[in-house]
Amino acid sequence: MSRLIMGMSRHALPFWEATKEKKLVIQYSPETKRYYHYPREAVVISPTTLEVQWRQASGKAEVYSFSVMRKPGNPSMAAKVPYVVAIVQLEEGVRMMTNIVNCPIENVKIGMKVRLTWEELKDGMHLPVFEPA
Amino acid sequence: MAKANYLRGKACIVGAVDEVSPTGELHMTERELEVKLVHAALADAGLKLSDVDGLFVTGMMMPSMELAEHLGIRPRYTDTTMTGGSSFEVHVQHAAAAIALGLCEVAVSVYAQTPRSKGGLGGGMAAMMSSIDRKNPPPFLEWEMPYGLMLPAGDYALAAMRHKHLYGTTSEQLAQIAVSTRQWAEKNPRARYQEPLTISDVMNSPLVCDPLHRYDCCLVTDGAGAVVITSAERAKSLKKKPVYILGTGVSHDHAMMITEMPELTVTPGAVSAKQAFEHAGYKPKDIDLVMTYDSFTITVLMSLEDMGFCAKGEGGAFVEDGKLGPGGSLPTNTSGGGLSYTHPGMYGMFLLVEAVRQLRGECGPRQVKNAKLAVAHGVGGVLSACSTVILGTEETL
Repeated sequence: MSRLIMGMSRHALPFWEATKEKKLVIQYSPETKRYYHYPREAVVISPTTLEVQWRQASGKAEVYSFSVMRKPGNPSMAAKVPYVVAIVQLEEGVRMMTNIVNCPIENVKIGMKVRLTWEELKDGMHLPVFEPA
Repeated sequence: MAKANYLRGKACIVGAVDEVSPTGELHMTERELEVKLVHAALADAGLKLSDVDGLFVTGMMMPSMELAEHLGIRPRYTDTTMTGGSSFEVHVQHAAAAIALGLCEVAVSVYAQTPRSKGGLGGGMAAMMSSIDRKNPPPFLEWEMPYGLMLPAGDYALAAMRHKHLYGTTSEQLAQIAVSTRQWAEKNPRARYQEPLTISDVMNSPLVCDPLHRYDCCLVTDGAGAVVITSAERAKSLKKKPVYILGTGVSHDHAMMITEMPELTVTPGAVSAKQAFEHAGYKPKDIDLVMTYDSFTITVLMSLEDMGFCAKGEGGAFVEDGKLGPGGSLPTNTSGGGLSYTHPGMYGMFLLVEAVRQLRGECGPRQVKNAKLAVAHGVGGVLSACSTVILGTEETL
């Protein structure tokens, strides 16, 4: 079963579109000189200029915390149980939720280096997940 | 600007009731329970419905107006603050402020939820899920749900895992919190679970989200409760011993996205509790009993640290001698808590009710002797919104 995608917000479409080419893009505000993730409406991150840049992330990250789901968090995940949900810190300084894949569960550790990989969604899009670097 | 302790002792909780069942089910609708509990809380206080001029309730759509219409009252102060499980501690703060300013004199905060008999999601989640705009979904659905995070246990598990990593906290230490809490529930004939529980029972219960086992997680029950708050002056003429509101604090640092929490092992309770203690003029060492939100064992452990009962990272060692249980030096969640008593989704109401009962000396076999000063500490959302209320008897003024 494909992943449960409850919706894609208008202001995040550049993120989702970029996943078609397996590119992880995150927001950067030239006004505050900061990266942002999850994607925000323009006015949130650049209140006066509304300028938002989408920059490609390196895909290098580190596990900030993780847990093993012993039951599916939603029905689409039933076949994957048990699976690892993690918060990773990207090299660019922002955190995101993800799964750690291609790794035995018992080997997942906080602080481990991970790199970006992709899982196919519908409509040619992909979901960013991470594997040991 | 008003002095920090301007509200100290200005208002009291004068009525406190709840409705729970050892079966976990209440055979009434949420509206029926709300109305019933409002009347019961007023009876407990020795007040009438016609005295009520401030109404506090959570919910999705104009909830205080709907409830007032059903009650047949016209409040002149209305409050629908919704911070999840900590909402009712926030209501106490707002009610105390409104009463001190003369905006109302008799405030009622009420809560009823029946997730067990209704099935499905608690905390207003079901209504929210059914009204999602797929072109602008709530952030946690777009950015966390696709990864299969179990809500809310997975959020708390992520915090617990990091706490273990940073501080060496063990699963046995977390289990001890469930065990101590169960020991209180054994003394409460209204608790959902009253059978003894051991650390190995917790450790051998199925893992839900590592490192949290089933018995690290709260119940899902029906439940309802209400409190009545009035001025200290009016409280003096009422039926029961007033419980004074000495200090309050509120803080939130993210909403439903756990990835937005600045540091997973530090809750906003560090801020809310600091203010509440400062306003009350007391320190954690002065506290006789702690009612702290126990959605999960890790919630208790981190809240004790953040409130200042022990240093950050020392929570595991702090709880492992069983001091939270009966006969211990820090009686905590003496009703049996959300882990063993009841948990309809937003447990904060029951923290207040039990604190009041203890301070009035109404708790029978589980009564804490000479209880004068209590803290009720709510944690709402996913470790997102904390609210702390320091309550005391007349002697603590």
